[in-house]
Amino acid sequence: MTANPSSHPAPIVRMEKLNKHFGALHVLNNIDLEITSGEVVVVIGASGSGKSTLIRCINGLEEFQAGTLEVDNNTLKPYGKSSKALQTIRTEVGMVFQQFNLFPHLSVIDNVTLAPIKVRGQRRDQATQTAKRLLDRVGIADQANKYPSQLSGGQQQRVALARALAMEPRLMLFDEPTSALDPEMIGEVLDAMRELAREGMTMVIVTHEMGFAREVADRVIFIHKGEITEEGPPEQLFDTPQHERTQSFLARVLKH
Amino acid sequence: MDVTFEFDWSAAFASIPHLLPGIPWTLAISFGGLAIGFFIGIFFGLLRISPVAWMRWVATIYIEVFRGTPILVQVLFIFYGLPQLLGGPINALVAGIAAIAVNSGAYISEIVRGGVQSIERGQREASLSLGLSRAQSFRYVIWPQALRRMVPPLGNQAIISIKDTSLFSVIGVGELVRQGQIYIATTFTALEVYFMVALLYLAITWTLSVVLRLVERSNLAGQ
Repeated sequence: MTANPSSHPAPIVRMEKLNKHFGALHVLNNIDLEITSGEVVVVIGASGSGKSTLIRCINGLEEFQAGTLEVDNNTLKPYGKSSKALQTIRTEVGMVFQQFNLFPHLSVIDNVTLAPIKVRGQRRDQATQTAKRLLDRVGIADQANKYPSQLSGGQQQRVALARALAMEPRLMLFDEPTSALDPEMIGEVLDAMRELAREGMTMVIVTHEMGFAREVADRVIFIHKGEITEEGPPEQLFDTPQHERTQSFLARVLKH
Repeated sequence: MDVTFEFDWSAAFASIPHLLPGIPWTLAISFGGLAIGFFIGIFFGLLRISPVAWMRWVATIYIEVFRGTPILVQVLFIFYGLPQLLGGPINALVAGIAAIAVNSGAYISEIVRGGVQSIERGQREASLSLGLSRAQSFRYVIWPQALRRMVPPLGNQAIISIKDTSLFSVIGVGELVRQGQIYIATTFTALEVYFMVALLYLAITWTLSVVLRLVERSNLAGQ
């Protein structure tokens, strides 16, 4: 660890020999991964390959059994035995879920202000102001007083994005953010994410949107059976995949 | 002898002033017991889903014992049995409230458990991912949603408990049935009086149903 992170930027995420089992199933197998601040990393792989599990380890939604995981200089221990560090990490790492997971009993604006008020201790008017700015940024300022169920899927997912951004995260995780959306709504969510990437947010994205991945990713990681089979810049990974597994996966998904 | 038995409306109406004093007792036992039962239910309902095994066991035992024994036996135990242990009599009103509390508490524990468990896992994950502590996640995200889902089964339990208080005539507490029995002892108009007693229970439970429907509707209004 560097004493002065500004001269030598430490990776914001560092995984070493990360291992996770679900019973007999080896979900993550000796994962080594470093993510630098400002980087956009897209994780691809077949369903059940462990890609979602991988990013859910980063904010402790999944425990792992062996290895090292550091997020923004906070160390997560195996078996979730690091609640203090976990709490810190979760305030610094935002997440957008496949199923949006908005809070249905709260209005859009309250969804966005809940964590800033309760976790960051912001005053309500201050949090509301920030929330309105974020909702404006994702194009749904006019829906602030509605409830999630009154919004379309695409709008809900953009609220979820604004909610995560309200905590001013240093890193954003996206777990298949467009997989539950009707096709005509995928674009609006990807646009908002594209914008975020342009602004320099560090992002780790699990997605099946290969065109989007090619466009925004600095690096693409292909996971197969819990192992990082291949990684590289999008042009390299998509155009000249080295590994046979990567080739057959891409052949299957790019055909459509 | 020619016996034609007719329903005597005047006898029925005449009984009303004698039955009405029972209503405050019925309501006091029902709602006093349910209010305490609600907190018992929250306590054991949450213990029941605790990650700690012995806590789950304590809750399970409580629920099984008080759900698995008749409420009549429970109130007899409290009113006639407990004084032998305590060395002094227990007020009948207190015994009635206690019986409703421990009995409804067992059922409400299961309502609370079901309500909390019915909230999708993603709600907890989303709130934790925003940095909320487990306690905050429960307080601001899980519990308010669970409570809304608990309204219909809680209303159901309230109606059951109100009717259960009718059994407490056996410990002499002056609730509706007891007032009816006392009045019948002098007039012998059992048909009319028990009919009125039934109507008065219906008035109470039906009012509660209407209130609950309004609560449910206002619950849904925002969503």
